[in-house]
Amino acid sequence: MGGQRMRSPLKRARGLGSARGGFEHWWMQRVTAVALIPLSLWLAASLIALTGRDYNTFVAWLKAPSVTVLMVLLLIALCRHMALGLRVVVEDYVHSNWAKIPAVVTIYWACFALAVVGIVATLRIAFDG
Amino acid sequence: MAHDKRPLSPDLQIYRPQLTSVLSISHRVTGIALSVGTLLLVSWLLAAAAGPQAYSTVQGVMHSWLGRVLLFGCTFSFFFHLCNGIRHLVWDAGYGFELRTIYVSGWTVVAASTALTVAAWFSSFVAME
Repeated sequence: MGGQRMRSPLKRARGLGSARGGFEHWWMQRVTAVALIPLSLWLAASLIALTGRDYNTFVAWLKAPSVTVLMVLLLIALCRHMALGLRVVVEDYVHSNWAKIPAVVTIYWACFALAVVGIVATLRIAFDG
Repeated sequence: MAHDKRPLSPDLQIYRPQLTSVLSISHRVTGIALSVGTLLLVSWLLAAAAGPQAYSTVQGVMHSWLGRVLLFGCTFSFFFHLCNGIRHLVWDAGYGFELRTIYVSGWTVVAASTALTVAAWFSSFVAME
């Protein structure tokens, strides 16, 4: 045998690497990034078109089924991407576990809550009247 | 103390800033700025769900001097993070690592995000007319 294989076939198949959860983090960051390219460009174009428009125009826009669906998808991808990114920033610069762990947990739930609030607001507008 | 005498490798304060390092840290900074942008997006949706009055209050804040500065910062952060994010995805795919290519793509990101920011604000002023 040429060289010792330290990884078992199962470990290679799972593709998790040495940090167990590391690959999942890296991969989800890319998955959400790719989804956010069209979604964020759509939002930017829509916001430009909505500049200075009144409440009724905005509500009518958000009530269109395609817009409601895209907004919910955007909020999911955006908040997930944001949670992953902010976590890395904290892990890189905060070294004491006493500060790092609460910060990571806070980021996780704050981003989750932000997504829920945004989605509920979107659906309330969509299904109101 | 003994370990104070150890030779240290050069760090951020010693290296002259280069395009590569400046763009790298800017990706983080714009990512953090976009978290603030996400807060704005969700509060905007929340205000719309609350009704016309809350919506016009938020619109008023966005059209104020401070609101415009915030939105301009978000616009540039968005286009920079988008363009540089695509540059990162190309690297993830295994392309563009030659030193010359890294500088060409870096300056392309700077030029594209600046041009897109100006174009977005110009279109938004046109849309408001």
